[in-house]
Amino acid sequence: MKNTLKQVFHSGKFVAGFGILVFILLLMLIYPLFNPGNPLERIGVGTFAAPGTYVSVYDSISAEKEILRLSDADDKRLAQMMSMEDRVSMIAWFTAMDIDVTGLDMNDTDALLEMWRANYDDSARPAGMTKSKRNFYARLNNTINDASTAEALSVTEVDLATGEATDVGQIGKTDYVNINAVANVKTLPLGTDNFGRDVLKELVSACGTSLMIGVIAGIVATIIGLMLGLLAGYLGGVVDDIIMFVTNIFTVIPSFVLLILISYSLGQDQRGASTVAVVIGLTSWVWTTRSVRSQVISLRNRDHVNLSKLSGHSVMKIIMKDILPYIASYVVMAFILQVSSGILAEAQLSLLGLGPKTTEVPTLGLMMNWAMLYSAHLNGSWWAYFPVILTIALISFSLNLMNTGLDQVFNPTLRD
Amino acid sequence: MKRYQKYFTKKIIWFIVTLIVALILNFILPRLMPADPVAAITGKLVSGSTDATASARIYEKYQEEFGTNKPMIEQFFIYIGNLLKGDMGTSFGQYPRKVNDIVGSAIWWTIGLQLPAIIVGWLIGNVLGALAAYIRKGFDKVLMPLSLFFSSVPAFGMAVVLLVLFAVNLKIAPVSGGYGFDMIPNFSWAFVWSVITHYQLPFWSIVLISIGGQAIGMRSMSIYELNADYVKYARFLGIKDRKIVGYVFRNAMLPQVTGLALSIGTMIGGALVAEIIFSYPGLGSVMYSAITAADYPLISATTLIITIMVLIVTFVLDIIYAFIDPRVKAAQFD
Repeated sequence: MKNTLKQVFHSGKFVAGFGILVFILLLMLIYPLFNPGNPLERIGVGTFAAPGTYVSVYDSISAEKEILRLSDADDKRLAQMMSMEDRVSMIAWFTAMDIDVTGLDMNDTDALLEMWRANYDDSARPAGMTKSKRNFYARLNNTINDASTAEALSVTEVDLATGEATDVGQIGKTDYVNINAVANVKTLPLGTDNFGRDVLKELVSACGTSLMIGVIAGIVATIIGLMLGLLAGYLGGVVDDIIMFVTNIFTVIPSFVLLILISYSLGQDQRGASTVAVVIGLTSWVWTTRSVRSQVISLRNRDHVNLSKLSGHSVMKIIMKDILPYIASYVVMAFILQVSSGILAEAQLSLLGLGPKTTEVPTLGLMMNWAMLYSAHLNGSWWAYFPVILTIALISFSLNLMNTGLDQVFNPTLRD
Repeated sequence: MKRYQKYFTKKIIWFIVTLIVALILNFILPRLMPADPVAAITGKLVSGSTDATASARIYEKYQEEFGTNKPMIEQFFIYIGNLLKGDMGTSFGQYPRKVNDIVGSAIWWTIGLQLPAIIVGWLIGNVLGALAAYIRKGFDKVLMPLSLFFSSVPAFGMAVVLLVLFAVNLKIAPVSGGYGFDMIPNFSWAFVWSVITHYQLPFWSIVLISIGGQAIGMRSMSIYELNADYVKYARFLGIKDRKIVGYVFRNAMLPQVTGLALSIGTMIGGALVAEIIFSYPGLGSVMYSAITAADYPLISATTLIITIMVLIVTFVLDIIYAFIDPRVKAAQFD
């Protein structure tokens, strides 16, 4: 046993896969310590807030201000204010005025502004330009110039009872607050989802639930598969025929279809995460049965098994002592694959709208389903679906790596 | 042909037995559940209405239509009888369309998409796997982890990534559907071209997914065969490497064909979900809309059609296998 483990941990592939899995597990355990609370809590009112650090506007007004004179502040502000359309319009003005714009990069705000300030003339009348268009350019010019003039916003306190407004202060362009002095700052590394939930927090919790679903499905499938495989392989005869008949049928009938039929019939209310896991396990034991059976058949007539039979050991004892240790590695490998396919099966079911109940726990599949329902992939909210896909891929990648590593340890021909 | 008779008869009997079990499961699974499907459907239909007699009548009507008020065994024969007549009932979600029409138009999209995609993926995967086994060293080192990672990405994940990359960001492919939304299916060039452009992303997402798994399988099989005694013997005899490699890959191929037959169900399952991402007008999307609309007859029909499709593909692969594996032929002379 000790030697086997030592050998297993010498396999680079196994260690790499194991490392990724342990990293994911650690992240899952540690992250909630830093960010406790209900992962399904809706913190945002809108949908799909982008990843980043959010600073309370209200609190930053009352925080103590410092004046910083930064030379590039105006330009940065302008760059933020100028939309793509404004930039395109500016280029259009240059071309209308027959100004050479070769080599001018539209995204280079400094160069664009320099050219604009040098060339813009509000009395100019480019040929074919309507008055409303000329007014638009005049307004654009004002905006650009305003950015660099001294100007302040005034803060007004509104008494909600009387509707009376009183000036309480002014905010100049050079006023800054230290982010540490603002009472409420929230970092959302992966933004929020369509319900306004913190995606990272949800993802960590979903990852745990999905792994649990995979493990339960794997355990159920492995137990059923092991039992049937041992019975069929060791007893042989009619038992073998019956078990193999059933197994062959369920190999051909797609488990995916059975999963859909059962989940649909269960109904939304009956489908907790663990029920879904058990159902997945119930439909995926076929592979374990087949491989355990063929292993047992090759072991059945070995000398040590025959010796045990002659010694009058019970069937139970022979199976436990003389057969199980030899097939343990196959069973572990099958289990690992079951976990990985269980996670995938849950995700696919959820995408079809047949996943676990939506109100209790997040799972990776449900997160994906929500993101798709709210077209996150079409409106550019990558943070709502990409981390989920990556997590699923990484989990099954790590499990597959471990499996390949084990395979190479136990099948020496495959070694590099 | 005659030599294969025994093998074929066995396979055909097996096909029929599996089909019957599939029919029974498709019939019985939803009815075994504690919930009354008719009550659930009626509940959905009359939600919001307060007229008790109306809902009672709707309930009775559906009970009549499904025959749920009759004993189970009688229901089963009605179900089989209707299937034999080619009648799968009326859709709830898209009333009054017949389930036959909906499934009938969707099935060709699914077959047209998945069959070529799975075959192409299988071929590319096997070639890459064989190369990895033969070359080993550098190529293997890069290809193996890459294949492993690609085969770990779920089909829908690959679909979303391709969709966002090529359709949303680069705008070189359409976002969804099987053809332009402004078109009516016909045989004009414009329509065929539209179908081809819409075909690319779903096709490649399925191909990319299936390559990885096949490559890994083929690699282990080829390595196993390359180390076999007959290869060493052939080398001693001085047979050309090229010829040996031919033998090796033919032998390594056989388990891969069986592997394809056994995993086709799983692959189709994944690809059906990928269809949903692209709103491709195939069975996957039909099933999705049926599930969302609690359209019971349609769900039952799609699951049955998918099962039958998988059964047929497996059967065909079994037949092909008989021709490429000399052992099957030899077994006939026992």
